[in-house]
Amino acid sequence: MIRFDEVSVVYAGADQPVLRDVDLTLEEGELCLVVGRTGAGKSTLLGTVNGLVPHFTGGTLAGRVTVDGRDTAHFPPRELADVVGVVGQDPLAGFVTDTVEEELAYVMEQLAVPADVMRKRVEETLDLMGLADLRHRALSELSGGQQQRVAIGSVLTAHPKVLVLDEPTSALDPTAAEEVLAAVVRLVHDLGVTVVLAEHRLERVVQYADRVLHLTGDGTVTSAAPPVAFRTASVAPPVVDLGRLARWDPLPLSVRDARRAAAPLRQQLTGRPVPPARTAHATDGAPALTARGIVVRYGDVVAVRDVDLDLRAGEVTALMGRNGSGKSSLLWALHGAGPRQAGTVRLADAPSTPVESKAVRRFGARRTTKAEQRRRVGLVPQTPTDLLYLETVGAELAQADRESGAAAPDGARDILDRLAPGIPDDTHPRDLSEGQKLALVLALQLTTAPDVVLLDEPTRGLDYQAKRALIRIVDALAAEGRSVVISTHDVEFVAASADRVIVMAEGETVADGSTADVIVASPAFAPQAAKILAPLPYLTVGQVEGALAAAGTGTR
Amino acid sequence: MTGAPAPEAAVPAVTGRGRRLPRTLHPVAWWIWGIALATAVSRTTNPLLLFLVLAVLGYVVTERRTDAPWARGFRYYLWLALTVVAIRVVFRCVFATGITPADHIMFSLPHIPTPHWYAGIQLGGPVSLEATLSAATDGLRLACLLCCIGAANTLANPKRALRVLPGALYELGVAVTVSLSVAPQLVESVQRVARARRLRADGATGLRALRSILIPVLEDALERSLHLAAAMDSRGYGRAGTATRASRRTTAALMLGGMLGLCTGVYGLLDGTTPRALGLPALLGGSLLCCAGLALGGRRVRRTSYRPDPWRAPEWAVALCGVGTAVVLFLTVGYNAADLNPSLYPLRWPTLPWLPAAAILLAGLAAFAAPPPARTPAAAPAAPARAAAPTEKPSEALL
Repeated sequence: MIRFDEVSVVYAGADQPVLRDVDLTLEEGELCLVVGRTGAGKSTLLGTVNGLVPHFTGGTLAGRVTVDGRDTAHFPPRELADVVGVVGQDPLAGFVTDTVEEELAYVMEQLAVPADVMRKRVEETLDLMGLADLRHRALSELSGGQQQRVAIGSVLTAHPKVLVLDEPTSALDPTAAEEVLAAVVRLVHDLGVTVVLAEHRLERVVQYADRVLHLTGDGTVTSAAPPVAFRTASVAPPVVDLGRLARWDPLPLSVRDARRAAAPLRQQLTGRPVPPARTAHATDGAPALTARGIVVRYGDVVAVRDVDLDLRAGEVTALMGRNGSGKSSLLWALHGAGPRQAGTVRLADAPSTPVESKAVRRFGARRTTKAEQRRRVGLVPQTPTDLLYLETVGAELAQADRESGAAAPDGARDILDRLAPGIPDDTHPRDLSEGQKLALVLALQLTTAPDVVLLDEPTRGLDYQAKRALIRIVDALAAEGRSVVISTHDVEFVAASADRVIVMAEGETVADGSTADVIVASPAFAPQAAKILAPLPYLTVGQVEGALAAAGTGTR
Repeated sequence: MTGAPAPEAAVPAVTGRGRRLPRTLHPVAWWIWGIALATAVSRTTNPLLLFLVLAVLGYVVTERRTDAPWARGFRYYLWLALTVVAIRVVFRCVFATGITPADHIMFSLPHIPTPHWYAGIQLGGPVSLEATLSAATDGLRLACLLCCIGAANTLANPKRALRVLPGALYELGVAVTVSLSVAPQLVESVQRVARARRLRADGATGLRALRSILIPVLEDALERSLHLAAAMDSRGYGRAGTATRASRRTTAALMLGGMLGLCTGVYGLLDGTTPRALGLPALLGGSLLCCAGLALGGRRVRRTSYRPDPWRAPEWAVALCGVGTAVVLFLTVGYNAADLNPSLYPLRWPTLPWLPAAAILLAGLAAFAAPPPARTPAAAPAAPARAAAPTEKPSEALL
């Protein structure tokens, strides 16, 4: 179906090719998973399938890519639209029309499909993707999962033989992601569509993959069956990590298989002391921030409903809940830059800041207490790049130093070097990787030496290595005695990084407790290691490793 | 906005076999109807006829609009129309102009003396009945024009109207649609960045703050448009562009020439002072050139349209209702042309010429010629339809 023949891609101005001598054949009806670290060339590889690379992006492609017998050198993306359907990360950015039905029909209109065929295919696709109830709805009103299903449906109506999905779930909460992946798997099984899928959060998809394309990082691509490929892959979900650690053969890819293989391991671990999921910091239990009765509303919609919260110094708190449950609103209200209609926020040894009325806001009285609150609470927003507007990293850091005045014990540069070493001063902030951007914005926010650090969905678009780096950063912040709050959907990240979990729904806190208690309590929320080793109270693969190591030293 | 009682008398036999199925009328039919009525309005300053037009517009709109969000806009056009009339009258009173000695003076505003180099304009002074009335009728005509366009906009989804553009103008339609949907995204982006801005400790205002908001927003917009371009490209937009350079140039030349002819023709026809010989031939020539250009440009486009609105008898009827009105008011045959623009000297009650009045009522027949609008299924069962949450409103009525 898809043939890569000695393909190399070099972008203009780059000294290294992104892809080098790629030689592959993808068969019809395969679900092909593309894995690799950020920047390894996943998007480039996907782009070559329908000719967006190099027709749209520029750069030089050597070799030959043929899709269904058509050479992408001679067929630009628009001429391949009837063979290849492409769905990107942000469905909203790719929508051309306003309503679901018109969006589904768009590609067929371009392909000049007769009106009666079009009508029939739209109805079929509405059913196939479970969108029949939404047919007249405006696209911007849909939830993220629904939008992504519309985006997939909108390319399916052309009856493509190949579906290319570039991280289709990276912006979705776990339920919406499941919804989308279930739809993709059904397409592969029912329609025999060849799917090429790049994904960061592998734990949900590895079990469905027929083939894994691993981008090693130096431009080469290895292709293998999943159990073989994940033996050595540079990125792997926890289930694979556990399988590698326990040397299971064949390597299990799903929780079910792993559980069946894990019986001896469970027996071995029974009765052993469970090492803590993460090294606890000396928390004296003193609250760094006390919030009482926080209410945030936008018109008629109550985003945060009467929430009480105590954040302790040196503690890492994870804030979980589905999209729209009020996580971001709560963080912004705690910081003081967002709206807050009722409630108080009190920082340790500081007077509480009352609700700011419109009059206070207008006449500048907030400069006293509110400004103080903002200096001592740092927030990294969901789109960190919103804060960056200068041409170089160095300029941004210098600007942050000027803004913070003499408050910071050390400069922004020192902080950044501790968080993410090796970012040169003259780089443009937009050229940094997602993880580096996050580190840069975090460094800017840390120059005011805040007691409380709030991170709004920092794990979006981070690969496993970047997440590990983020965990190290968060640990370091907590060790310095700061209180850290992270809102995230990523349960594996929470298991490895947080001391405490708060779950929100409809603006209220529905659960608040230690990580182990909260995330193991619900089977759907539990991390993979916990599912595999239940009823043993393990959360991460690191814990198992520690327990085995301790056992090893103990017996010898 | 009360409906015109007059059309009640002239209910045509539209029922045929039982009741007609609700459906949306072809948007172009409504636009032809609206524009034709606007052309008719531009011929007259008779307040009786103008009020009749407003009544007809109000009746048709209330009868045949859908329950989509854009269909609730007619009242804003009415407010706009009222403002236009008010502004005209107030300006005429303040800048007292066009007062003849024979005028009836109603009252006097305090006169503000202007310096001698500004002598051309008089501020304040006597306010005459004639001048005020003439300003009011003039304003009323403009207001009617506005309401005609507003009615067309209310009755036909503007975006669907763009979809029927001929193939050669397809790109233009897409550009308009995309920019319409990008505007709210830009607003959202500005709000988000402005909010994030507050996270940085500097209290920069003015140019520096503008820069810090503008740059992330522009980068965001650029990134988004690149995404959209890539998505459109990979979904077949601009396929089979087999046009040669020569044919593209010919198309452009034909279209430009045609547009020029159309503009000249419309100006010649609508402005009563230019010779009639200029208007019609230029209009026809321009239309011919445009059609040729569109046909040539459309030949290279292979595209179909999803659920195209059909053009059937009701569409013909609605369009002809409007055009008929315009024709009667242009031909000025069978009635006294002076009745269209009654003189204010001597001051007397205007007469209602029966033929133009009947023609305007004919335009009102569109309310019966058009099938009833489709209601969206979601809104139908809920008794207080207005109470539904704003996010639940489907933006288009198709079924």
